[in-house]
Amino acid sequence: MLEVKDLKVYFRTREGNVHAVDGVSFHVDEGESLGIVGESGSGKSVTSLSIMRLLQIPPAQIMDGSSIVFQDAELVDMEESEMRKIRGRQIAMIFQDPMTSLNPVLTVERQLIEPLQLHLGLSRGEAHNRARELLEAVGIPDAERRLRSYPHQFSGGMRQRVMIAIAIAANPKLLIADEPTTALDVTVQAQILELINRLRRDLGTSVMLITHDLGVVAGMTDRIIVMYAGKIAETASTDELFANPRHPYTLGLLSAVPRLDEERPTELQTIPGSPPDQLHPIEGCPFQPRCPFVLPQCKQYPPARKIAGNHVAYCWVDVTDPEEQKRAMQRGFIPLTEIGRSYLAQS
Amino acid sequence: MEKPAGTATVNATDALMRVEDLVMHFPITQGILVQRQVGAIKAVDGVSLSVKRGQTLGLVGESGSGKSTIGRCIVRLYKPTSGHIYLDNDDLAVAQGTQLREVRRRVQMIFQDPYASLNPRFTVGGLIAEPMQIHKTGSKAEIRERVEQLLDRVGMNRRFIDRYPHEFSGGQRQRLAIARAIAIEPEFIIADEPVSALDVSIRAQILNLMQRLQDQMGLTYLFVSHDLSVVRHVAPRIAVMYLGKIMEVSDRDEIYSNPLHPYSSALLSAVPIANPRVEKQRKRIILKGDLPSPIHIPPGCRFHTRCPIAQDICRQVEPPLEDKTGSNHLAACHFSDRVGSLTKAGSVQGLGTL
Repeated sequence: MLEVKDLKVYFRTREGNVHAVDGVSFHVDEGESLGIVGESGSGKSVTSLSIMRLLQIPPAQIMDGSSIVFQDAELVDMEESEMRKIRGRQIAMIFQDPMTSLNPVLTVERQLIEPLQLHLGLSRGEAHNRARELLEAVGIPDAERRLRSYPHQFSGGMRQRVMIAIAIAANPKLLIADEPTTALDVTVQAQILELINRLRRDLGTSVMLITHDLGVVAGMTDRIIVMYAGKIAETASTDELFANPRHPYTLGLLSAVPRLDEERPTELQTIPGSPPDQLHPIEGCPFQPRCPFVLPQCKQYPPARKIAGNHVAYCWVDVTDPEEQKRAMQRGFIPLTEIGRSYLAQS
Repeated sequence: MEKPAGTATVNATDALMRVEDLVMHFPITQGILVQRQVGAIKAVDGVSLSVKRGQTLGLVGESGSGKSTIGRCIVRLYKPTSGHIYLDNDDLAVAQGTQLREVRRRVQMIFQDPYASLNPRFTVGGLIAEPMQIHKTGSKAEIRERVEQLLDRVGMNRRFIDRYPHEFSGGQRQRLAIARAIAIEPEFIIADEPVSALDVSIRAQILNLMQRLQDQMGLTYLFVSHDLSVVRHVAPRIAVMYLGKIMEVSDRDEIYSNPLHPYSSALLSAVPIANPRVEKQRKRIILKGDLPSPIHIPPGCRFHTRCPIAQDICRQVEPPLEDKTGSNHLAACHFSDRVGSLTKAGSVQGLGTL
């Protein structure tokens, strides 16, 4: 349904080009839920903004050769007037911070009715009724009265529900959720994730979930892409990625966070060093300065290593090779944690 | 300062920090010329805690629970409405002038956002030296020498001494904030969400650093966080707060394997776990609605409006925080014996690996 090919997005700054997204290809199937995992600066948000054509150009620049095809239409060079028929209607997006994404001086009803009238051509009365139904669908009590409220009169979780109601108003084919729960408390996060899951089931919407939290994608997605420094490090089905991670960065991420489902280690494994500098990208694999498995050939960008089915890791090293592991352990790498190992044994 | 009789808590003898009946109400006023108090935000509404010397107490809660306010009362960024904060036998809640300065020397704080907590006009050297200059711990040369040692200690290069905070990443800045906090060799450190603003790959570095410093310097931490997995990693004893009160306090393994308050149980079940297999079979307790306003706290048990097992008594009688097991596992719930059944099926506790 959505096919992104060799997407490159650079930002022009006084100091030079920032390579925010640097050659990313992936696809989203009908009804599928895809997770994009990465830390700040990995390019995950710029990727989603490019799909929505919401990047400010300049300073952003989508480089030649990039392609984003949605239902047979190329979005990269689409006229803005055409794009408006897709944005909100076919592809909708929810953002991290619902307070800054909602208009503070308009009632929730005005903001909900806008997409209904614009995209679906509903009359005022029809739109009002539909708006109330939408608020009820996202679990906001007393919907009729709440329609007349302003965003600041809602709590953070409720605001995020309003955003979701607006996003699904025109029954989009694809919902892009960019860190939808990062600003929320855990108990509210659980509510919102459950809501997104339920809507996906009921409406058959495809979901692209962008997050830094591996825990969130574990329960929410069918397939995952791990991004690092504007590039894809590894991609696999969700079960496969957690059971059989093959990129040293994925391995590092999985063991660098303390986890409730594991024995408590005396000391956490760290990923040494700092996040990459996208202004001065290094030759070859961007993870090499922090990687315990690093080899001389990492100075060249690694080819795709096909593991099984759609599982691909961009790494020169076979991290399951005992010799490579021994070498990495001398550099302080601790192989998969206890539960990881028992999990592997079971599956 | 004399300690009032009869307030000794369990193990009070080896507690470095004891908070007793702490109340912090922020008044809400109305009127332009004549300000009249019309209500109060009850951020902290009667909290007692103690932290053993050399240990870490994890203080967990969601936004609006009052956990950060407690930290800020302890360093006296706020003057508490009532209650006591004992550091050994000095009461910080009423200390002032020289005594307050003396006590503050022993208590330092690390904040969440290292982008906001470091003055951008100071060099690294200036930032770390400032607390030592305020407390006059040595000559200029001595302080400079000490700054260099501190940089070593937090894993930063000595060459960075004349650089400015904006040249560093979030993780490096948090290292600088830590160097600044330990510069005057405090005994007690309040860490308010110290890793929440950092990238996942950097968090482990900072947590390990804090742990190492604790071992080396015998520091005592109050670790304030909303992240239950992080708190479990750092704190052998954990307190859970909700709407200005402690709901449950217990040793680490107890609270995670056998929570006795429905709120702790709901919090635990809400934490996403990076394991699809676990996620698929988990049963979550989804709490209804939102946090009530701290201005109008619900009567009886303050959690009853969202509690999955609330009964009539919960709406009328506030349950005391009391030991439920005889092993210093305190919970404020009328029905703590029923909490277990809430979570048996496939929750974190159901994993049996803890």
